[in-house]
Amino acid sequence: MIVVKEKPLDEILSFLLPYNHILVVGCDGCTQPPRGLREAMTYAMLIEMGAKLKGKTNIKCRATTIAKQCDNHICSTTLISQLEGVDAILSLACGIGVQTLVEVFPEIPVYPAQNTVFIGSQEREGGILHEKCKACGECLLGETGGICPITNCPKGILNGPCGGCVGGKCEVPFEIRDETGKIVKTVAKDCAWYLIYQRLKKLNRLDLFRKYRPPRNRAISSSPRLLEVV
Amino acid sequence: MVQAFSNLMRNILDGRFVYTGELEPHKSIDLSEVISWAKTLKETGRVVAANVTDNPKSVGAISSLVASYIIQRETGLETIYQLRCSDRNRLALISDLLGAAALGIRNVLALTGDYVRQGDTPTAMPVYDLDGTQLVDLIHRMVYEGKDIDGNEIHGPRPQFNIGAAANPNFKPLEVEVLKIERKAEVGAEFFQTQVVFDANVALDFLDAVKHINAAFLIGIFPPRSYAQAEYFAKYVPGVQVPAEFLENLKKISEIPDKKERRKKIDEYNIEYFSDFIKAVKKKPSCKGIHIMAVGYPEVVGPLIERAEGL
Repeated sequence: MIVVKEKPLDEILSFLLPYNHILVVGCDGCTQPPRGLREAMTYAMLIEMGAKLKGKTNIKCRATTIAKQCDNHICSTTLISQLEGVDAILSLACGIGVQTLVEVFPEIPVYPAQNTVFIGSQEREGGILHEKCKACGECLLGETGGICPITNCPKGILNGPCGGCVGGKCEVPFEIRDETGKIVKTVAKDCAWYLIYQRLKKLNRLDLFRKYRPPRNRAISSSPRLLEVV
Repeated sequence: MVQAFSNLMRNILDGRFVYTGELEPHKSIDLSEVISWAKTLKETGRVVAANVTDNPKSVGAISSLVASYIIQRETGLETIYQLRCSDRNRLALISDLLGAAALGIRNVLALTGDYVRQGDTPTAMPVYDLDGTQLVDLIHRMVYEGKDIDGNEIHGPRPQFNIGAAANPNFKPLEVEVLKIERKAEVGAEFFQTQVVFDANVALDFLDAVKHINAAFLIGIFPPRSYAQAEYFAKYVPGVQVPAEFLENLKKISEIPDKKERRKKIDEYNIEYFSDFIKAVKKKPSCKGIHIMAVGYPEVVGPLIERAEGL
């Protein structure tokens, strides 16, 4: 899933106050937490109320959603009929969705309602989202016992563990942040390379742990990336 | 086949037991204090080279390359230029290494480097384009193939470095550390300087575990200047075991009210404790030397070596 965190309402209002007719577009794709029609309607209401409090009474919001905002064809075919009179779009999708809308409708201003945080997985019990994949383009999981060192090791090293692994823990305190980026708390986390060692030992594949991994080709993961669809 | 480009490696290959020291320049352009420490190490006549730290604990300091060069020029003490991957991508590492070779640096210690957020500039981007093992690989290619890591040719003479790397005898389980060291040796690490060890038994177990690896091992020790320093290691440096007896004895000394007397006793105790330590580990054939990390405490180094060598 692509993990998103809502921007503070004041920031969203600072984008939208110059406009009168706003289309709030949800995305039924992979954002976590979900940002579909229900959330779009909530945002529409909040923006109208927030704008009124700031003295702007003529702002009108409409809510809609589409299957996935990262598909330019779906964006153009589903939204084209809903854009009459709209002078700004608020996108509830990740950064990819926002940019796809900009490309499809270049004449309409599009604003993000979220900060796109990372590609992650959800820990249901603790209510924490974990970053799990950096989309590096050179997946190593087959060699590392299914544990990604590029994402789970703060240094992203290929020949770990480094000297900062003590008692199987990473010396770097992991920071849990709120939507403003403020640190809520720090937790000790397992060293990714120590987990890889344990897993490969269990699988009787310490040869894979011992193996030297040469430097990554950073050209593959340099942004912006283009990929041909065959 | 390892070639000796440095005095350090020449001594090791000649079968001499070597001592290295450690110098830590600060966030300053004034190197006078560190130069005076280097002079003290040089005057011992037994310290063959000294490490010059590169942004230790990710606290920003003067370039370790510049400091290494100036220390060598001003004191004649050979330096071991420490180089971290935390702050430089491979282009910058290659540039700095070419510069180091041109300036007559002959030893490099390749380090992954402490995580950037733990230092005094936590907002910096952590680089880690390469890790410590890959940096060893890069240096080895520069020295022995005349090429960089992407295969580009270095024009003219090849850089001449002896290649060092870090090891940690305190790591548990030791099997992980041994596999890592094998990996580093495979790509070209010629000597290893270890993390601080206080307990001789930890060093002895380590030396047994690495005896099959074709590289020189220098065990790291840290004679503390005060009880507070030793206590800091025991409490805040994870994974380093400080024997209780060592701490207790230092604590007793720290209670001596007269400063001069207290300092004298601390020196004596360090010399006694670590000379016994050195005598014990020196018996292991895989132990080629001792890395004495007496940062800011160079006056203890000479007497310690004399006692350990029975001079």
